This record gives sequence, C-alpha cells and structure tokens, in this order.
Amino acid sequence: MNAMSYGEIALWLVLGTPAAAAAILAMLPGYRTTAALNVAASLTTLVGGLILLGSRPEPGPYLRVDDFNVYLVVLNTFVGFTTSVFSATYIGHELRTGRLTPAYLRFYHAMYQTMMLAMNLALVANNLGLLWVAVEAATIATVLMVGIYRTHAAIEAAWKYFILGSVGIAFALFGTILVYFAAQQAMGEGLPAMAWDTLLARASDLDPRLLDLAFVFILVGYGTKAGLVPFHAWLPDAHAEGPTPISAVLSGLLLNVAIYAILRFKMLLSANGEALAPGPIMIAMGLSSLLFAAFMLYRRNDAKRLFAYSSIEHMGIVTFAFGMGGPLANFAGLLHMAMHSLGKSAVFFAVGHATQVKGTQRIDGITGLGSTHPTLAVGLAVAVLAIAGMPPFGIFMSEFLVVSSTFAREPLLAIPLVAGVLVAFGALAMRLHGMVFGEPSPGTAAVEASYLPLFSHLALVAVAGVWLPRPLVAWFQAVAAMLG
Amino acid sequence: MHSLAFDIAHMFAGAMLVASFALLYQRRMSGIVDTYVVHSLILTVAAGWQAYIQDAPHLYVTAAIALVFKTLIIPIALRRIMRRLDIHRSVETVLGIGPTMLLGVGLVALSILLIFPVTESADAFAREDLALALSVILLGLLTMITRRNAITQVIGFLSLENGLILAAVGVRGMPLVVEISVAFSVLAAFVVFGVFFFRIRERFDTLDVQALGEFRGERR
Repeated sequence: MNAMSYGEIALWLVLGTPAAAAAILAMLPGYRTTAALNVAASLTTLVGGLILLGSRPEPGPYLRVDDFNVYLVVLNTFVGFTTSVFSATYIGHELRTGRLTPAYLRFYHAMYQTMMLAMNLALVANNLGLLWVAVEAATIATVLMVGIYRTHAAIEAAWKYFILGSVGIAFALFGTILVYFAAQQAMGEGLPAMAWDTLLARASDLDPRLLDLAFVFILVGYGTKAGLVPFHAWLPDAHAEGPTPISAVLSGLLLNVAIYAILRFKMLLSANGEALAPGPIMIAMGLSSLLFAAFMLYRRNDAKRLFAYSSIEHMGIVTFAFGMGGPLANFAGLLHMAMHSLGKSAVFFAVGHATQVKGTQRIDGITGLGSTHPTLAVGLAVAVLAIAGMPPFGIFMSEFLVVSSTFAREPLLAIPLVAGVLVAFGALAMRLHGMVFGEPSPGTAAVEASYLPLFSHLALVAVAGVWLPRPLVAWFQAVAAMLG
Repeated sequence: MHSLAFDIAHMFAGAMLVASFALLYQRRMSGIVDTYVVHSLILTVAAGWQAYIQDAPHLYVTAAIALVFKTLIIPIALRRIMRRLDIHRSVETVLGIGPTMLLGVGLVALSILLIFPVTESADAFAREDLALALSVILLGLLTMITRRNAITQVIGFLSLENGLILAAVGVRGMPLVVEISVAFSVLAAFVVFGVFFFRIRERFDTLDVQALGEFRGERR
C-alpha cells in the first residue's frame, strides 16, 4: 500500500465516520451507548485527521487537502473529539435534570455528527459549490441544536439564527455564482471553473470587476456566519440558548470554517492582481467587530452570552490580521484561530460545569467558585485569563504578533486595536473576579463531568504560548506565505 | 445567435420579477401562497427553457425539482399548516403598499446599476439574466423584512431561493452539483421551518414574529 492510498483512507475516515455515525446514532436508543459511540466516532475522525498530516490524497475536482486546510481539519477533529468527551458527561446531567428527553438525545447525537461532517466537508472541499453546500448543511444542523431545549428563548435564538444564517448563506451562493460566471468566461464551462485550485491557477484571467462584486457578496454571506459586526446579531443568542457543548463547537469551529471560506476567496482576489484589495474592507470589519464586542462585554449578565461576545471580539482580531496580510500578520491570524478555538472551547467547558453545579447561567448566580469548587475555579480562571490575552498563553502571543506587525506597518491602526483588546480584557477580568471570588452562591454539588477536555485544552494553549515546535512554525510560515 | 430563444428566456426572467412584485403587495395569506406557486411555476419553465436552448439536459432535472417541490409539495404543506393553525386573515405589513413598491423599484434599479457595469464583456443574455435574478433576490429580502408573519417571511425566503436558482441556470454550464443541492437544501430548510412553525404555535399561540421579541435573553 503506498502513501497516497493512506491519504485517501484518512480522507474517508474524516468524512465517512461522522456520516455513518450520524445514521447509526439516529436509530440507537439509550444514553450510555450512544454517548460512548459519539466519542468513539469523534476519535476515529481525529485519527483520520492526524493521518492526513502525514500523507495526503491526490487533489480531485471536488476534494482537496493542502497545507492550509489540513491544519484546520486536525484542529476541527481534535476539538470535535474533546467536546464529545465533555458532551458525554454534560448531557447525562441534562437528561437527569429533565432538560432533555431521551428522544431528543438521540437527535442531539445524530446532529452532532452531522455537524462535524458538514464542517469537515467544508474544510476539504475544492469545489466552491460543495463548500457552500457544506456550510449550508452545518447551518441547518446547528440551528436544530440551538433550538433543542425548546424554551421561549431557545426558539427565539434558533429562529433568529436561522433567518439571518439563511439570508447570509443565500448571499454567499450569489457570490459563488458570480465567481463561476467570471471563470466560465475565461476558462470555459464545467467543473474546472468551479474548482478552487484551477481557479487560483487562472486567477489573473478572471474579470477583476466581477470578482470584486462577488467578494462583497461572499464577505457579507460568510461574514454573517463568522459573526462579524454588523451581521453578528444571531451569535450571542445562539451561544447562550443552545446546549453548552454546542456553544463550544459553534465558537471554536464553525466560526473558523466561515473565516476559512472567506480566506479562500480572498486568495483568488489576491492572485488576480487587478481586483480590489480585500484587505481594507476586512480591516474595517475586523476592527468594528473588535471594538463593538469589547464594549458589549460590559453589562452582560449571562455567562455564555458574555463569552459569545468575546468570540465576536476574537473573530474581529482574526479578520483584522488577515486583512493586514503579509507573512507576519497572516502567521498571527492562523495562530490566533487555533488558539482561540482551543481557549474558547475550554472556557465553554468550564462555564458548562459551573452552570450545572450552580443551576443558573447568570453571572450573579455563579459566584465564589473558589471556595466551593477550587479545581473548577482554577480551570475557569486560567481559561478566561488565557482568552483575555494574558501572557504566557498562546492567545497573548498571537495578539502580540498582530499588534507588533500593525505597529510596524500602520501605527495608527494599532491604536484602536490595542484599545479594543484592553477594553475586552478589563470586562473579562472584572467578571472573572466575581465568579471566582466573592460570596459563594448556593449550589455546592460536586462536578460530575470530566475535567479532562478542559485541562487538556488549557495545557495546549499554555504550551503554545511559550514553545511552538519548529516544524509547526515552518508550516504556519508556509501557509502564511500562501495566503499572501 | 438565437435572438428569439434569448428573448423568450428574458420574458420568463422578467415574468418572475413581476411575480416577485405581486408577492410584495399581496395581503391575504392564501394569495401569498398562490403567488408563490406562480413564482415557482415560472422558475420551472425558465429552467426548462434554459435546458433546451443551452442543450444541457441536467437543467431539466432542476426544472423537475422546482416543479415537484416548489409548486406542489411546499405549497401543500404550507396550506396544511395554515389550515391546522387556522390562519386566513390578512397579513400585517410594516410599511404601506405604496412605499414598499417604491422601495422594490429602487432595488431593481440598484441591481441593474450593480450588475451591468461589471459584466460588459459577458454576453447580453447572461448579464441581463443576472440583473433580473439579483432583483428577484433583493425583492425576496424586502418581502421578508416588510412582513411580521412567520409564514410570509418563509415565503419571502423561498422566493429569494428561486432567484438564486434563476441566476444559476442562466449562467452557462454551471455544474450540476449546485442546482441539485440548492433544491435539496430548500427542502431541508423547509423541514426546519416546519418544525419551527409547530414550536412557535405551541409556545406562543401566534405566528406573529413580533411576539418572539419579548423573550430576549438579556431580560430574563
């Protein structure tokens, strides 16, 4: 068996496992077996993702694995696996307290795997139409998950997410059609005019004005999915009202997938040469997301909503970094995407534990964790400090790189950037103080769920802050160069 | 080349735009669903005509999907929901009919001004088809914005999807994967919508989306 076929097997593991698992989980009753099967399927997917690191399949007209997406596939499958471990124990508690019924649990697990399939497919898609279909499928799956508790607030959140997400996705499709229209004039009809790699090779032949118009639709469409201001309205509601494992996956993975889709189109524009520079638009959207979310972080009284705004803030930083472009800022953006995924899902794991023991999501109901649940308090504090950008964690390093590269090239833009980061830091530190110290609120039951996902993420974020393996750095640099 | 063929294709695209305007001024629930059926029927014919003049048999599949799902299954399901929930009254609009129509005309002008300058090199049919399709999309969006009722919002969204498919069939040789997936995702989306209707009905006893606004997460 040669190396290429290993890559093909790995690709099938990454896509086939969640597809098969979704079908099986939809039919199986019982909480313990399905939760275990969900974990096993996610682990198999992760193994597939890791094999892809070593050997890749030959790119085809539909699927393609390259330097850029393989890192996101690994990140996606890893967080998918740890979240499934967290979810297994978390959902058991929800079942006992009666927030979820066994029938909905079956649905939940099937949708979890559907969502993983859709996100992995979006990442490895070479065909722009396939990319769109995958993002659409991920939207539908997550909408159903957000509404699963069927409370007033959950239904409102799901409806809002659905309407805004569908309109966004419709705009993205129109943008995709325009890109094909431009390609079809230069390259003729058929599959190559929809395949990203052939488009990139012929990018300079495409009509730049059509690409400009297409990119605006793409940015609005996929930007809605990434929660960029002013298309962010669905994001805090969806994060606050769905089950916590889904908040972790939404923040940690789905937002990355949307940013990834925008970047693929940005690469086409950059390769074209004559099209408008996407940088300034992305810088403007990134900065406004960062500043808006940083100020919105104050006066939040719902823990999950607070960290949802923090996700908007971080997506703003990522978009800003890629808008700046250049090797250093792109490097920082890639690192920040990875660190934010790990850090933010860790925060949601910790918040999930806290809301279960305290029985509320309100921040003023979760106080004094330090005296009632010391381990959880440490985990929450470390996770929040990491996401707020304290050294020595990886998020500090990536933010530092964004800021320093901005200072070197556009010192004026660095002022609002630093201001936004500091304002957000203040809000998170203030909230964290009350949750960890202060008068303990009622609810002293021990945490039943596993701490393993939380602390493994924190360990990775901490290690990445002080030491990145040399091959990883070289690889990030190669991808950063590819992004232009 | 086939100037008559192109004229006929234009006629269908233009007819869809007219149907979009009709959706915009309908007030009765049943009238809105009827207009949506006409809208989808024109899409079916337009897709079928494109299949014929482009000699692209896979577009017949798109036309068939539009015919079966959009002119039969979806309207039947919508009518069932309306019967079950007993909603036949007229729809409240946010704006009056006059201003809404004026806005619609403005949107059509906008899409023509947007598409024409960037597609000078393209063939005349494709660029005008794209401009008409974008108008249909924007009018669908306007329908969604100006209605407070969940079902009319859904129909606004479905007409927006029709506009997208009109754009996709008008561009020569767009790979099949897109059209089929769009059609299926419309169905999937519809199932989701259906689930939501029942939930909304069950919880609020109204399909007026305004009622949802009371349950903001922050004010619990």
